[in-house]
Amino acid sequence: MTKTTPLYDLHRKAQAKMVEFAGWDMPLHYGSQIEEHQQVREHVGVFDVSHMGILDLHGVQAQAYLHYLLANNVDRLVPAQALYSCMLNEQGGVIDDLLVYKITDDFFRMVVNAGTREKDLVWMQQHLTAFEATLQERSDLAMLAIQGPEAQEKLLALLPNEDAVALQTLQHFHLLYLPGDIMITRTGYTGEDGYEVFLPAQNAPLFWQRLLAAGIKPCGLGARDTLRLEAGLNLYGADMDDTVTPLASNLAWTVAFEPKARDFIGRRALEQQLQSGVEWRLVGLVLEGPGILRHHQKVIVEGIGVGEVTSGGYSPTLAKSIALARVPEATGTHCLVEIRDKQVRARVIKPPFIRHGKQTF
Amino acid sequence: MSKVPPKLRYTKTHEWAKQEDDVVIVGITDHAQYMLGDLVYIELPQVETHVDSGQECGLVESVKAAADIYCPVSGEVVEVNEAVIHNPQLINRDPYGRGWLFRVRPFDIKLKDLMNATEYTKQVASEAH
Repeated sequence: MTKTTPLYDLHRKAQAKMVEFAGWDMPLHYGSQIEEHQQVREHVGVFDVSHMGILDLHGVQAQAYLHYLLANNVDRLVPAQALYSCMLNEQGGVIDDLLVYKITDDFFRMVVNAGTREKDLVWMQQHLTAFEATLQERSDLAMLAIQGPEAQEKLLALLPNEDAVALQTLQHFHLLYLPGDIMITRTGYTGEDGYEVFLPAQNAPLFWQRLLAAGIKPCGLGARDTLRLEAGLNLYGADMDDTVTPLASNLAWTVAFEPKARDFIGRRALEQQLQSGVEWRLVGLVLEGPGILRHHQKVIVEGIGVGEVTSGGYSPTLAKSIALARVPEATGTHCLVEIRDKQVRARVIKPPFIRHGKQTF
Repeated sequence: MSKVPPKLRYTKTHEWAKQEDDVVIVGITDHAQYMLGDLVYIELPQVETHVDSGQECGLVESVKAAADIYCPVSGEVVEVNEAVIHNPQLINRDPYGRGWLFRVRPFDIKLKDLMNATEYTKQVASEAH
């Protein structure tokens, strides 16, 4: 039995093509995935991301707990600020990647992947017992992502004046927490400017309809995936999982080794890996020959070794095929990818491919 | 519902074939393009190559997946649609018109071996869960 979001009926009515994703019946697209992708790069689109796991953490030791649980350091946050982090196992493997929002000193919110929600909860509860804090799942909330260069202009017009003023000055990775259990954050998964809105599930259909009436186009999970790939943002379960560390996943920047006194789960394993040398790295590939890069294709780095495409596809912005791939550390500027029995040359780049609508390599 | 023009012939692998004088035009069905999603990459057989019915002779790739094209008839490829190579989404927009793939001069016209529209519609319905 698949789960549905509060917007399910509206998606069906809009004739969205629905697809099963992590146990949820979600819109893949509303007609054309490529048009939705371009809409977000050039204008603005809205995604129903209510399938994501929303977890609230309350308590005087909430911060101390996250300090130990997460590879990035929540001490970096002031109230009303967000942070991207991995949650690691003792071996340094990535259990999940998440966004943590500091709302007040004793109230944090985390957004985790739909497919890892249950596993995350078990792990989090297991480590929570030593801390004075409580974890609460917020399946009563819906979450919408409004993304694109026109996101601010369109969203502002829909808000009461005082909220619009506050939103206008909201910095990237900061949040507004409003009465009525509404939270607006300047975050996203597309490489464009944009906002994510958390609101009570029962209010979501009306808000969604107001967004659409304001000219914001609905976009499905298909466009979400190609947008995040162009933005060089990892997808959990494809680009990293429990068996690889952030250091081998282009996420070293999210691990806070300073201050040295901070103990966090996975720290020792990562320090050992740094000492012995990281053998793999996650890079971007731009295909130079014909074909389409896909998950699991073999990457041949001549004279060095073999790697694998972790997620690949077609980039509508570049009109080329691109991918993220895990390759030997010593990989140079080019490699060969095995595509349907042919070896096709690809250029190796450091992600992202696209930032704010522009090519970055 | 996807379109299934009554005058065409169909394969169980979702190609359509249309006889026009002494050549057969080949494409993929509306149902096939809908299931694949936006098409982004196409490989077609070379002109003058000989293809056998049921043989893999091309490739269509969408944002989601790759699918082989199987030739509905045996014959010689006489023309390929360069426009869909440069703009694969023509297939999404007009699968039976501007989104055609290639033309074959058949060795032996046996389009009757292929399914008619009614039979193909039944097959598509039986594939739906």
